Amino acid sequence: RDSSVNVVQLLLARLDNGVVWLHSDGPEKKYEIRRAKNDGKELTKEEKQRLRKEKKQQKKQKDEKGTSERAKEKKHVAPSQPVATQPPTQKAHTVLPASAPIPVPASGAPSHSSPAPSPADKPAKSRAELKAERRARQEADRASKQQSCSSSSKTKAPPSELNPVVKRLPEHVQVDDPAVVKRLAKKLERQQIPLRSDYGYKVSLFSHLHQYSRKAPLTQQLSIPSTVIHPSIVRLGLQYSQGIVVGSNARSVALLHAFKQVIRDYTTPPNEELARDLVNKLKPYISFLNQCRPLSASMGNAIKYIKKEISNIPSQFKEEEAKTKLLTCIDRYINENVVLAAKAISKYAIEKISDGDVILVYGCSSLVNHILCEAYDKSRKFRVIIVDSRPRLEGREALRRLVKQGISCTYVLISALSYVLPEVSKVFLGAHALLANGYVMSRVGTSQIALVARTFNVPVLVCCETYKFCERVQTDSFVSNELDDPDDLMVTRKGKTQLENWHDVSSLGLLNLVYDVTPPDFVDLVITDLGMIPCTSVPVVLRVKNLDHSMPVWMLERGFRHKVSPCLILHAMLHRL
Amino acid sequence: MELQAVLMAAGGGSRMMDLTYNTPKPLLPVGNKPLIWYPLNLLERVGFEEVIVITTKEVQKMISTDPKVKLDVKMKLDVVCIQEDADMGTADALRHIQQKVKTDILVVSCDLITDAALHEVVDLFRAHNATLSMLMSKAHEFTETVPGQKGKKKNGEQRDFVGVDGTGKRLLFMANEADLDEGLVIRKSIMRKHPRMHIKTGLVDAHLYCLKKSVVDFLADNKLISSIRGELVPYLVRKQFSKSTSSPKVNDETHQNLKKNDSCSSLHISSRDDELLHLTQERSCWNDHRGDMSEAYHGGRLRCYVHIMDEGICYRVNTLAAYIEANRLAPKLFDEPAVHPSAVISERCLIGADSIIGASCQISDKTSIKRSTIGVSTTVREKVKVTNSIIMHGVTIEEGCNIQGSVICSNAVIGRGADIKYCLVGSAQRIEPDGEHTTASPHLAITHSSPTPLYCI
Repeated sequence: RDSSVNVVQLLLARLDNGVVWLHSDGPEKKYEIRRAKNDGKELTKEEKQRLRKEKKQQKKQKDEKGTSERAKEKKHVAPSQPVATQPPTQKAHTVLPASAPIPVPASGAPSHSSPAPSPADKPAKSRAELKAERRARQEADRASKQQSCSSSSKTKAPPSELNPVVKRLPEHVQVDDPAVVKRLAKKLERQQIPLRSDYGYKVSLFSHLHQYSRKAPLTQQLSIPSTVIHPSIVRLGLQYSQGIVVGSNARSVALLHAFKQVIRDYTTPPNEELARDLVNKLKPYISFLNQCRPLSASMGNAIKYIKKEISNIPSQFKEEEAKTKLLTCIDRYINENVVLAAKAISKYAIEKISDGDVILVYGCSSLVNHILCEAYDKSRKFRVIIVDSRPRLEGREALRRLVKQGISCTYVLISALSYVLPEVSKVFLGAHALLANGYVMSRVGTSQIALVARTFNVPVLVCCETYKFCERVQTDSFVSNELDDPDDLMVTRKGKTQLENWHDVSSLGLLNLVYDVTPPDFVDLVITDLGMIPCTSVPVVLRVKNLDHSMPVWMLERGFRHKVSPCLILHAMLHRL
Repeated sequence: MELQAVLMAAGGGSRMMDLTYNTPKPLLPVGNKPLIWYPLNLLERVGFEEVIVITTKEVQKMISTDPKVKLDVKMKLDVVCIQEDADMGTADALRHIQQKVKTDILVVSCDLITDAALHEVVDLFRAHNATLSMLMSKAHEFTETVPGQKGKKKNGEQRDFVGVDGTGKRLLFMANEADLDEGLVIRKSIMRKHPRMHIKTGLVDAHLYCLKKSVVDFLADNKLISSIRGELVPYLVRKQFSKSTSSPKVNDETHQNLKKNDSCSSLHISSRDDELLHLTQERSCWNDHRGDMSEAYHGGRLRCYVHIMDEGICYRVNTLAAYIEANRLAPKLFDEPAVHPSAVISERCLIGADSIIGASCQISDKTSIKRSTIGVSTTVREKVKVTNSIIMHGVTIEEGCNIQGSVICSNAVIGRGADIKYCLVGSAQRIEPDGEHTTASPHLAITHSSPTPLYCI
C-alpha cells in the first residue's frame, strides 16, 4: 500500500512539473501566439500587395512574351515566396513548447484569419506557396522534435503526445473549397447517405460553413422505411435539425440513447468481427447526423469514447456479452459525465451563491438551470435575471423552468444588458465547449455578456462539464462555427412577414450565427465536475483525462497497475498550484 | 424495418355503387390503371419494398388472373384476404393482421390518389415520437358535371371540424357534423392546454395514417373499435388530453372497457430507455408551446399530428364525381405515353393531348377524342366524337356516335349513331342505335332484364 502511494506521489510530482510549466507559461505563450499571428497577418498583407504587383507584371509580360516565358516567370516567383512565409510559421513553431494542442492555431491561424488566398489566384503560385509552407513546417517540426527530446528528460511525457500533430481541418469548415466538398460527396456516396444541399446566400466571411434550411430535412432524400440508417438515428437527426433536441447535454444524451438502440439491434454479420464492424457501421450514421446539424464538441467526445470502447472489446467476447458491456458503458458514461457531473458542479457552484445575490444568466443552459434549482432547494435566497436574445429566445424556456421552481426572475433582452448589470452580483454562463486555449465556446452573445460584466466588475462564472472540454483551439468565432437557418430571423407580426423575400434582394444577406467564443480574460472561474479551475487549465484537464484513458508505457514501467481517477490527480495538482 | 405499409383494399365503394356493381373498387380503371395501382405506386416511389394488402378474394383472383388489371409494381405484395360478407371495418382488418405487424405501420386506403410528399407525414411521426400522424388536404371543388346528376353537386357530405394548434401540425380536435347535437363542444382539458386552436373545415382526410405498433396491440384488446377513421382516430385524438387513470364515474360498458385497457398503458410504449429519453427532454431547452408553466407536450405521452397539404393533388376516389376528376388528372401523375404503343390508331383522326388511349385499341378514321380516357381493347369506329368521357375496357362504339361527359363501363356496346350526353352506361350494356340519351330527358330511362343497371336519367 505504501509503495503504491509513493508511486502516486512520484507521478504527481512528475506531472506537476509539466503542468506548472505549462500553466505558468500560459499567458506568455498566448502573447507569443498572438504576436506570431499578427506578424502573419501583416506579412500576408504585404505579401498580397506584392502578389498583386507581380500579377500585373506577369500580365504585361504575358502580353509581350510567349507562354514558355511565363513558365520561367513562375519559377522565378516561387522561390521568393518562402522568404515571406517562413519566418512567421517557423517562429510560431519554435516559440511553441511541444505540447499537442497548441500548434494548431499557429499553423491554422495565418491561413484562416488572414483572408485566405482565393481560388482565383494562379494555381501554380498557391502550390508553390504550399510547398514552401510545408517545407517550413517540416523544419519547424524537426526543430521542435529536437527541443522535445531535450525537454523530455525533464517532463518525461510520452513522445507521441509531444509531437505537434498537424491535424487536417474538418470538412464542415471548408465548404467553400470545391475539392473538399467533392471529397465529402464521394464519401457520402460510398456510405449511401444523401448529401444535404446548402441553402440561401451566405454572408461572405462565413462561406466556408454549411447553412441548411429547416424546411428541407435530409429525410426528403431518404427512402421512407429507412434501410441504410437505423430508424432511431433518423429520428434523432430529425430532432436535431428541427431543434427539438437542443443543447449540448441533451444532444449527447440523445445520441448515446440512439446508439444504445443501434447496438441492441446489431448482429455481427458472419466472418466479421464485432469490434471492427460495429465501428464501421456507426460511421455513416455519424456523417448523417453531422449533416442534420454539425456535431457538438460534447457529441464528438461521446463518439470518441464509444469508438474506443468498441475497439477495446476483446475478440473472444461473445456478441451478447459485448453488447451488454457496451450498453453498460454508455449508461455509465451518461451517468458520470452528465448526471453526476451536474450534481458535482451544482455542489461547487452553490458555494458561490450567497444570500441576496442577483444572478444573471444568458439563454437556456440546462446546467445553469440545474444549479439554480438546486441552490433554491438548498434555500439560498437569490434573484435571477434572465437575458435573452433573438432569434431563438431560449431564455423564455429558462424563465419558465425557473419560475416554475419558484425562483424570482426578471427577463430582459440582451440590448438591456448594461441597464441591468449594475444590480447584478454574479454572472453564471453555460458553455457549449471549453477549448484548449481556455476560450469558452457558447451561445452567440455570451462573449458580449462576459465583456460587459467585466466592465462592470461583475464576476463571470462559467459552468461546464469536463466531457465538453475540447482539444481544439480557436481565437475567433469565424473559423469554426455553425450557421443556423437564416429563415429563423424572419418575424411574422400581424400576419406580415417582413423579410419574406430576402432571397430576391441581392444586396441582403442574413446571418444566423450559433456560437461565439469568449476569451479567458473575461472569465473569472470555470466550475467543472473536477472542481473550480481557471480557464487556462483546460489543457491540464485534457491531459489528465487522456492519461486515464490510455495509460502510457512509462506508467506501466513504474509498476503502476491501478487506474487513478483523474479527479484525484487534478485535485492534488490544482491545490498545489 | 422502420415502417410496414398496409394497404386497405377491401372496401366495396358503397358511395359509387353504379360503378362498382361489376368491378370491385380497387380495380376500377383510372387513367387506364386500376385504382389500387396509385397507392401502391406511391408507396413504391418512397421506397417501400413490401406491402401488406388487405382485400377480398374476388379482387385477389382478378389481380392474379385478369391481364387487364396487371399491377405494374416491383414490390412484394403480401395479400391478405378477408371475407366480404363479414362486414369488417378497417380497424377490424388491422386486428386481423396483428400477427404480421412487427413495427409501426403506415396505413393507406386503396382509393387515394396523391402526389403528396409522404416524408412530411412520416417526419412528424418520427420527430415527435407521435402515436398517430395523418395526411389531410384542402377539399377540391369538382368542376366536371357528374353523369346522372342534375345541376351542381349536392351538398350531402357532412363537414369535418379539425382543430390544430398554432403550428398547424398538432391535431387537437376532431368532430363530424353528424355527431354534433347542437354546437361544437370543446372540452376544457383541451382549452386549458391549448388556448389557441384553429378549427378548420373544408379538409379531406386522405386516409393515410402512421400508427404506432402499440395502437395495433391496443386494437387487439379492444374488439369494440371497428373503423380507423370513424372510431380509432377520434379516440386517439381525444385521449391526448385525458388522464388515463382519472374519471371515476364511468358507467357505460364500452367506456369502462377502454379505460381498463388504457390503464394497463397499452397505448404508449414503455421503452426500456424511458429514463434516458426523459433526461434528454429535461436537458433540451425546446418546448412545443408557450404561455403556461408546463413542460413540452404538457407531459403527455400520446400525441397526434396532421400534415395538411397546401397544394398538390390529393383525391379520394370514393364518389362518382371524384372518380371523374381523378380520371381527368391521372395523366399528370405519371409520365407514360398517353397513347399505348399497341393501340391501332388511324392517321385521320383527332386525339387531344389530354386523352389516354389504352393498349390494343382500335380507333378508326374521322374520330375525334378530347379530354377522355379510352380503355384497353376498345373499338371506336368511324366518325365518332368522344368528349370529356371515360370509356372503360372492351367497349365497342359504332359509327357516328357522339359521347359527351359520360362514363361507359366495360364491355358495353354503343349502337350506331347514338347520342349520349352526361350518362353512365353500365357494363355489358347495349345501347340501341340512333338513340338519344341525356340527363335532361328522363323519358329515356330504359328498363332492362339484365341485372346491370343503365343509368340514363
